[in-house]
Amino acid sequence: MADILKATPVREQDPKVRATNFEEVCYGYNKEEAMDEATRCLNCKNARCIQGCPVAINIPGFIMKVKDGDIEGAYEEIGKSSALPAVCGRVCPQESQCEAKCVRGIKGESVSIGKLERFVADYALENNISPKKAEKTNGHKVAVIGSGPAGLTAAGDLAKAGYEVTVFEALHELGGVLVYGIPEFRLPKDKVVKKEIEKVKELGVKFETNVVIGKSTTIDMLMEEEDFEAVFIGSGAGLPMFMGIPGETANGVFSANEYLTRSNLMKAYDNNYDTPIAAGKKVAVVGGGNVAMDAARTALRLGAEVHIVYRRSEEELPARVEEVHHAKEEGIIFDLLTNPIEILADDKGWVTGMKCIRMELGEADASGRRRPVPIPGSEFVIELDTVIMSLGTSPNPLIASTTKGLEINQRQCVVADDETGQTSKAFVFAGGDAVTGAATVILAMGAGKAGAKGIDEALSQK
Amino acid sequence: MYKIVKAEKLADMIYLMDVKAERVARHCQPGQFVIVKIDEIGERVPLTICDYDREAGTVTIVFQIVGASTERMSRLQEGDSFKDFVGPLGVASEFVTEDLEELKKKKILFVAGGVGAAPVYPQVKWLHEHGVEADVIVGSKTKDMLLLEDEMKAVAGNYYPCTDDGSYGHSGMVTTKIEQLVSEEGKKYDVCVAIGPMIMMKFVCLLTKKLDLPTVVSMNPIMVDGTGMCGACRLHVGDEIKFACVDGPEFDGHLVNFDESMERQTLYKTAEGRAWLKEKEGDTHHGGCGNCGGDE
Ligand SMILES: Cc1cc2nc3c(=O)[nH]c(=O)nc-3n(C[C@H](O)[C@H](O)[C@H](O)COP(=O)(O)OP(=O)(O)OC[C@H]3O[C@@H](n4cnc5c(N)ncnc54)[C@H](O)[C@@H]3O)c2cc1C
Ligand SMILES: Cc1cc2nc3c(=O)[nH]c(=O)nc-3n(C[C@H](O)[C@H](O)[C@H](O)COP(=O)(O)OP(=O)(O)OC[C@H]3O[C@@H](n4cnc5c(N)ncnc54)[C@H](O)[C@@H]3O)c2cc1C
Ligand code: SF4
Ligand code: SF4
Ligand code: FES
Ligand SMILES: [Mg+2]
Repeated sequence: MADILKATPVREQDPKVRATNFEEVCYGYNKEEAMDEATRCLNCKNARCIQGCPVAINIPGFIMKVKDGDIEGAYEEIGKSSALPAVCGRVCPQESQCEAKCVRGIKGESVSIGKLERFVADYALENNISPKKAEKTNGHKVAVIGSGPAGLTAAGDLAKAGYEVTVFEALHELGGVLVYGIPEFRLPKDKVVKKEIEKVKELGVKFETNVVIGKSTTIDMLMEEEDFEAVFIGSGAGLPMFMGIPGETANGVFSANEYLTRSNLMKAYDNNYDTPIAAGKKVAVVGGGNVAMDAARTALRLGAEVHIVYRRSEEELPARVEEVHHAKEEGIIFDLLTNPIEILADDKGWVTGMKCIRMELGEADASGRRRPVPIPGSEFVIELDTVIMSLGTSPNPLIASTTKGLEINQRQCVVADDETGQTSKAFVFAGGDAVTGAATVILAMGAGKAGAKGIDEALSQK
Repeated sequence: MYKIVKAEKLADMIYLMDVKAERVARHCQPGQFVIVKIDEIGERVPLTICDYDREAGTVTIVFQIVGASTERMSRLQEGDSFKDFVGPLGVASEFVTEDLEELKKKKILFVAGGVGAAPVYPQVKWLHEHGVEADVIVGSKTKDMLLLEDEMKAVAGNYYPCTDDGSYGHSGMVTTKIEQLVSEEGKKYDVCVAIGPMIMMKFVCLLTKKLDLPTVVSMNPIMVDGTGMCGACRLHVGDEIKFACVDGPEFDGHLVNFDESMERQTLYKTAEGRAWLKEKEGDTHHGGCGNCGGDE
């Protein structure tokens, strides 16, 4: 170990090379590197890192096992709290969660908890180590809506507790945002997501794809006609927002959801697949979150020159630091303090440019961030052929509008208790983005766990 | 997997299939659609539900070959399966939830163009089964291209076939037939439902606006998920932006911006794609409206 204050570096694909392919950017640790990094953990008694993890993984517990080379033991430790460690190790915003709290971080760099978690999980996937299954079922049927992180976690935990669980998914693939949103180069689908879902199947969970709750059937019908005693709603926040500026229906304007769904879920980046994508030659991605970075880096890989257009400054970019760093390395251009006001199109309706206005930061707003205000007279036009709107998403009203007595708030989010996931409707629970609005994988998993616990309590009292 | 229990060629380039899809068959209503995907590499293709058998758990689809996916679908046979078949999607036709007594007082005129006869059929049939006899105009290029004629006759009030080449029924476009019925024969209708290629629906709406006849159209923009998640299907209805897959596919035709929607339909039509179409299908992508020079 060279410098104890520095984290063991992780190997990555060269930025120039990876800008032209969809292979994973980060290679992760090997066993040697992982064991090396594990020695940096102080095995704190009052481990602050655990407080930073929304599912409270016993972090020093698993890291000590890695240090000893007992990777299987480390996996078992993580498995007590997380059903998708290979996913979280890759996409958690560690810098603001577990790693933000690590004492090592006070003087030097925090222990690379996420990379260690990823290593352990990948090792388990490669070596077919399975999670522990329930001895026998308890005969109670539970339905889970949505196969994203919230639904998968709830389903996994309930199955472990002996419930007969069926997950209903609207799309033709399982995984929610993990398959339709987050790109292959950040989260491999066959190697990681599918395999991690296989583990949930091994717990005995049944999956039915192509079932849109609210259309193919409803929550009330599941309970009345198909004998499900409880339902967990993990339907996410999939509805894209647009800006409401002129020209937004022009050809070449996409929501990030559409662009990413075409590329990820439908594999349009691979010519062997039928679904087309209009990649664009010069692309502006409007927004500054993880979704914007993913859309931008996807467009780049499809051969475009890509600009991120964001109305605040770099400091306020909501995306994970690692993603912004990777995006810059790959050659994404950041047009900060810039806000679109109109999309321009030719007489056939195809995008030709975007009129923007420059912004400056004023007083702090309700979110505590300085509010961007337009600079009068600073309008200008960027010439381009494609605009990808990445302004956030909200929950789909489909389920709420077809379920009697299910309360939602003004933001279309299902109202549910933090601790138990209980909604306003008896035996119906909810969690994840459907409740919080667009958030993170690990928060959705935490909510899935809470929901599973809530359902277990409710059904054992019945 | 969703098994094809019946596969039939209805006319040149037009195919009918009954597909086993119990959840869809149990709850679907006229006006709704499904999305099908042939196999792993397939696209998600939206198709209107053309009939259903709740008992047998089957759903009928009718499609026309217009490009790569529909061509691939046409090669599927009885006993083959779709990998994915999801639905029912979209909102059912408004009359399904209307007060039946009120509905029975209404005179409804259906106008179908080309393959649009297929989605019109379940609506007319539903009305017939609920004691409402609706008039139906069906337009096609030639007599051979006329779809579901016997089925339609059995459930329609008056049935008016039209062919562009005059080989059968009224000679000419569906719009001239509407004009004839309303202006010359003095027929009174309370509502018109027009389903077919966008260009046909546009011209029907231009006419019915003049005739002051409220008109419902079924929009078929490009879609991906069909559940409100991607926004690909957005269109202007009046000043508002709607998602056809969740707010529609049926809308007030007098408020729809057809020109914009037609432009949006060309989004993935590359020069190469056009060449492919021309070579494969000549000028069959045609709705029988007479205003349509193919799908351009
Ligand atoms: C592009 C992108 C990048 C992201 N990057 C990160 C990141 O780096 N780190 C991070 O922590 N978070 C990231 N997020 C956020 C994170 O992915 C989400 O917060 C998380 O997936 C939410 O999980 P969920 O289970 O609540 O919902 P989802 O993952 O959205 O899953 C919901 C599932 O329910 C299904 N569904 C919806 N309605 C119905 C219905 N009516 N019937 C049946 N099924 C239904 C949907 O099809 C979907 O599969 C990103 C999000 C996006 C879009
Ligand atoms: C709600 C709805 C109901 C429909 N019902 C029927 C029906 O009952 N019978 C029928 O024959 N056709 C129907 N269509 C149209 C059908 O979906 C398209 O013809 C089909 O997707 C074309 O695919 P392709 O690969 O063969 O042709 P392509 O060459 O890919 O496209 C040919 C045409 O279809 C449009 N199209 C392509 N992909 C899509 C897509 N994913 N979604 C929508 N349109 C697309 C294109 O804009 C183009 O105009 C419906 C469309 C919608 C949206
Ligand atoms: S799940 Fe996320 S927050 Fe928790 S330890 Fe792993 S990387 Fe950190
Ligand atoms: S805070 Fe850091 S050093 Fe302490 S136990 Fe957690 S990871 Fe190890
Ligand atoms: S098809 Fe995606 S929102 Fe309508
Ligand atoms: Mg196609």
